[in-house]
Amino acid sequence: MEKEMPLWEVFIRSRQGLDHKHVGSLHATDAQMAIENARDVYTRRQEGVSIWVVESKYITASDPADSDQLFEPAKDKAYRHPTFYHLPEGIKHI
Amino acid sequence: MDIMNLEKVFQSKIDDEIKIEPKDWMPDTYRKTLIRQISQHAHSEIVGMLPEGNWITRAPSLRRKVALLAKIQDEAGHGLYLYSAAETLGISREQLLEELHTGKAKYSSIFNYPALSWADMGSVGWLVDGAAIMNQVMLCRTSYGPYSRAMVRICKEESFHHRQGFEILLTLSQGTEAQKKMAQESINRWWKPALMMFGPPDDQSSNTEMSMKWKIKRETNDELRQRFVDVAVEQVKFLNMTLPDIHWNEERGHYDFGKLDWDHFWQVVKGNGPCNKQRLDARKKAHEDGAWVREAAMAYAEKEKLSLENQSKSA
Repeated sequence: MEKEMPLWEVFIRSRQGLDHKHVGSLHATDAQMAIENARDVYTRRQEGVSIWVVESKYITASDPADSDQLFEPAKDKAYRHPTFYHLPEGIKHI
Repeated sequence: MDIMNLEKVFQSKIDDEIKIEPKDWMPDTYRKTLIRQISQHAHSEIVGMLPEGNWITRAPSLRRKVALLAKIQDEAGHGLYLYSAAETLGISREQLLEELHTGKAKYSSIFNYPALSWADMGSVGWLVDGAAIMNQVMLCRTSYGPYSRAMVRICKEESFHHRQGFEILLTLSQGTEAQKKMAQESINRWWKPALMMFGPPDDQSSNTEMSMKWKIKRETNDELRQRFVDVAVEQVKFLNMTLPDIHWNEERGHYDFGKLDWDHFWQVVKGNGPCNKQRLDARKKAHEDGAWVREAAMAYAEKEKLSLENQSKSA
């Protein structure tokens, strides 16, 4: 079997002023080929003005099994949201 | 957590319409079913380029030619989205291609029929892509995240394929007698194979029940097939043409479409269709002929990496 080409994750900025967003992945031998392939695979209809690629092996992801303990601390902190605070009726610009 | 509990958590996520993502726990059969279905789908996109590629050089105008080229390029793209989705389940691209080339994995039987006339480019777009879209629209809501996202992307692009096909037939339908005849003959030939793209009837489909429970599929083969028939019967009127064997059924409130030859269908699936060998040979040849390019690109990338490393060492 021949050696498999590395896998890359592709991020596209769809319009100036917006974030780059993950759109999918592809195989390429190096960064330049990854950008060129991403152009052909993910922007055939002007979906992007900028492309980021990163080799998938460099991404560290949180473990779904840890999700509860990872995100639980934010659950009981309603005071981080503006609606937690009671203000008089009719008050403006706040 | 023991396996019973894991399965319970998994099913409750499905029931609550929470998508399953690659690193989430999933039953082995769910993973296997998805790999089979997504890879079959990816292979269909790739092999589906072949009958159309045959007509690029003979497209009747530049307008038709650029459209056909763009459509075929989309299909390559769709194959790539789907291969990527399958790879998130832990199978490699190499393995996926290997299974296609050895015949272990299947692709849609429809691509084992030849495209004999220019009108077939119309019928393929209108009927074959039309049938595929019915299925794909449903799959946008499939329970596996990466598959669902790939389908959303594909559906957005597929609509032009469908419309350009109908436009080809519409143009022929307003042409000479010979052109009208060519269009009708093509529709007749593709109609029933297109209906069989939805897969065997529900009472003979081994995968349907589990796939519905896991929301990989949300509608059955027969439901989708009937919807497609009812839609196509209305559309064909704009061509002043007919679909073979169609009768209104007052009692069901749907169109009957006659008998489908499932023995023939299974023969084609097993490799005895008119073009099975030709299609697989073409795929294998393309893969083998491209091997030196892939090898050279890998060698170049490694060399560049080494020289970068050496530069930073000496600096």
